[in-house]
Amino acid sequence: MRQPSIVKLLITHGLLIIATLVVLYPVLFVLDMAFTPSQSFTMSALPFPTEPSLVNFVEVVGTTDSDGHWLFGQQLFNSLFVAVVTSMIGIALAVTAGYAMSRWAFPGRDVGMGLFLVTQMFPGVVMAVPLYILLDELHLLDSMLGLAFVYATTAVPFCTWNLKGYFDTIPVDLEEAALMDGASRWTTFTKIILPLSKPALVVTGLFSFMTAWNEFILAQTFLSDETAFTLPVVLNSYIGDFGTEWGRFAAGAILVSLPVMLLFFALQRYLVEGLTAGSVKG
Amino acid sequence: MILGLIGSVFAADVVVWHSYRGAEREGLDQALEAWEEGSGHKVKPLALPNEGFTKKFESAAPHGNGPDVLLYAHERIGDWSRSGLIAPVEVEDDAWSAATVEAVTWEEQIWAVPLAYKCVALFYDPTVIAEPPTTTDELLALAREHTTENTFGLSYEVASAYFNAAWMHGYGAVIDAEGQLRLDRPGAAEAMDFVAVIADEVAPQEPTGAIVTQLFNDGKTPMVLNGPWFLGEIDPDQPYAVAPLPVVSATGEPAAPYLTVEGAFVSGHAAEPELARELAVFLASEEGARIRAEVGRQTVATDIELDDPVLRAFAAQLENTVPLSNQPKMGATWEPMARAWRRVLRGDLSPEAALAKAQTEFEIVTRPPPPEADSRPFLVALGLVVLGILGYLGRQLARADVRAQMVRWRFAYAYIAPAAAAMGLLVVLPFVVGAGVSFFAYDSGEFTFVGLAHYVDIVLARDWAVTSPQSFYYTLVVTVLWTVANVVLHVTLGVALAMLLRERWVRMRGVFRVLLILPWAIPNYITALIWKLMFHTQFGAINGLLGVLGVEPVTWFGSFSTAFAANLATNTWLGFPFMMVVTLGALQSIPRDLEQAAEVDGASGWQRFRHITLPLLKPALLPAVILGSVWTFNMFNIIYLVSGGEPDGSTEILISEAYRWAFTRDHQYGYAAAYAVLIFGALLLYSRFTNRLAGQKVL
Repeated sequence: MRQPSIVKLLITHGLLIIATLVVLYPVLFVLDMAFTPSQSFTMSALPFPTEPSLVNFVEVVGTTDSDGHWLFGQQLFNSLFVAVVTSMIGIALAVTAGYAMSRWAFPGRDVGMGLFLVTQMFPGVVMAVPLYILLDELHLLDSMLGLAFVYATTAVPFCTWNLKGYFDTIPVDLEEAALMDGASRWTTFTKIILPLSKPALVVTGLFSFMTAWNEFILAQTFLSDETAFTLPVVLNSYIGDFGTEWGRFAAGAILVSLPVMLLFFALQRYLVEGLTAGSVKG
Repeated sequence: MILGLIGSVFAADVVVWHSYRGAEREGLDQALEAWEEGSGHKVKPLALPNEGFTKKFESAAPHGNGPDVLLYAHERIGDWSRSGLIAPVEVEDDAWSAATVEAVTWEEQIWAVPLAYKCVALFYDPTVIAEPPTTTDELLALAREHTTENTFGLSYEVASAYFNAAWMHGYGAVIDAEGQLRLDRPGAAEAMDFVAVIADEVAPQEPTGAIVTQLFNDGKTPMVLNGPWFLGEIDPDQPYAVAPLPVVSATGEPAAPYLTVEGAFVSGHAAEPELARELAVFLASEEGARIRAEVGRQTVATDIELDDPVLRAFAAQLENTVPLSNQPKMGATWEPMARAWRRVLRGDLSPEAALAKAQTEFEIVTRPPPPEADSRPFLVALGLVVLGILGYLGRQLARADVRAQMVRWRFAYAYIAPAAAAMGLLVVLPFVVGAGVSFFAYDSGEFTFVGLAHYVDIVLARDWAVTSPQSFYYTLVVTVLWTVANVVLHVTLGVALAMLLRERWVRMRGVFRVLLILPWAIPNYITALIWKLMFHTQFGAINGLLGVLGVEPVTWFGSFSTAFAANLATNTWLGFPFMMVVTLGALQSIPRDLEQAAEVDGASGWQRFRHITLPLLKPALLPAVILGSVWTFNMFNIIYLVSGGEPDGSTEILISEAYRWAFTRDHQYGYAAAYAVLIFGALLLYSRFTNRLAGQKVL
């Protein structure tokens, strides 16, 4: 590979640094408020905590319920449980659907693909109350499992699309050879295609995980017990009718964002390979 | 674990819902414990976020999942009693002040046991203000005396209809009088003129609750209008005292803030109503009230001797209050009134004109529901549609070739079935039910069938003129503009950064990549709130930075273009990483030899990008663009949290308008559902259109 000219090198890095600074600037406010003990918000243009303190984090993490149980631990567990179950259900549902849509031109495929996208267009405003009634009928209110099911289905269309796009890039010859050798369709799919699709599976899982991890409107509607809350609901309760506990809110925001950032960092190689959201053949 | 949770809820004899936090919550918990000890029954208190509290109660209670006792402000009594969500309580009414009892009375019955009250009073710094002002003239004189370049004589949320009600009432303008709600009462315009002077001369710009708190704690404002909730936010080392509001000099009448009474309601669906009532009465008893006052420092409604000077000042203010109206339509007054205040304070309209406009807006959103329609023709039409679909499917199935195809691909259907079934149950079914609501009108707990009336009203722009920011068409244009602008920016920035990041010689590529996708990893409601603060006129970081460059401060939410730009900046920040990552992924699979060949042939960088790279990226970008536009079209959080529709609802998009119809405009669920169905229709058309525009079938 040829070395670029020094000018090109400088401009490229300069632009990247500027973009990164713009991206980080609002995040600094969150950091500043989280590490400043007061509950007010930052008004200076250069947000740096003058007397950094961990008191907000200690308070957010140390919450207990009226019986003295460690509330934050329970809520963190709830969030993790819901997010992990959501990504498992999401992948399980989307992976076969995406594969079928990628490989087989069965009647109704195009309509089906269209319908999957169309469900993304349903505005959430009208869905919450009917969903509430439905979950109540199924005895899944106040249940992590019920919540995970709802999240997983909202994530399925994107997951299916993304997986279909990735499967499209895998040459068909491999499967044809396996089928010739007498392998069943299912075996071909699970033993040959799935191992090759690791990046897409990881990204799809990450996407479903994030959907569940960050959502609070539905969670707030369906869960009524503090010990059943997920972290975004807790975070939202720091925003009061008359005043917001900015310090605790910001500390909570960091705690909520941290796992996703770590996942992004750990999975960034897959992220780029696995997100095709469509297809690039060849 | 889950079963255990539900079990523990049912083990309690009485379930109490409240939204108290901090000390107030501690006080309540201790009072509940005292009742448990005295009565031998078990209580389960549940603290819920204040936001969404009523929505939750209204959906949970009818299904038997609600509380037995609910602690909440009194203003929903009219609504809830009509729909049977709460039951009246029989109590002696002599333990409370007349205003308190009036607040919890509806149609001559008492619906809640008054526990605590909230009203605004004057907080001041006694080291600066020796004597609190007793008239508004004194108040203004004192405030002017303490206003300098960076201190403010008097701070409160000057554009808030709630806070300003105190002045309105002092000038004789009460919205709820003689059983009628009117916004343009005599005296209201004079009150607005008075507040305009405060806003112009002594108050900070765009003061929000957070800013008021901050200024008071920093010693930059010696006087603040605020309620008891402010006690928990004052820094321990900041001296303060509380006094009742002054007398309005022009009328000689005391300024009378709104009174909110927090009552213990007995749910209409309580398992043991008598036990629930007992608990409610205990909380209000002298013993219960004392615990709440001493532990929670709560402004209790029960008349007990108090040592605390702050609580005594509030008790004095209580004598001059106006109970917040508990009429069901009261909820619909806030939006037009808030708009009127901002129009006047921005100097766009005179008080008289703004009030007249607010009254008109209020009348529009509280117009009577459409008349009941005959449902038979609709049932016939529905039947025909179902028959038509079945007929079409039947004809397809009757065709031998289709049948043969389907049999041939039967395994493919098995692969799709789980996802299709789950989506049918949890996405399509709720949507169909929700869309069905659009044929009904909701009024006081009951749905009546009105046929297509809502659609007709919206499509023919019957409620608002087409050019008004509240009309469907205006909002539609804004929504399309919003979507297109966002997607263009997301794609441009995303592709540009991906092109920079693709080169292997870029140092610390991994670090840049992770930092640049950060906005995607942080929940968007958090960053939206941060951006909102950054756009503040007086204290925001954006104007701070512009100031360094010598630019005059911009009132971001004062005009459509700047407010729209603020929303757009926020959402661009949030949205470009997705496009960047998609592009990076697609770039990996594009061979570079073509580009290198073109370079050898002397093609410029732009030419190579335009004619080689971009066409190769298109297949990957197009589905991302379509998905991205659908998400942006319904991006409720950003609009709601950043501009909030300011100014005058002009930056509202369809989804946030639908939300307002459902929740802030008299619960017009049917109308909101019709909006949602139209949004869905608009999106379907939009995706058809993009398909054609792209000259390629994506769907």
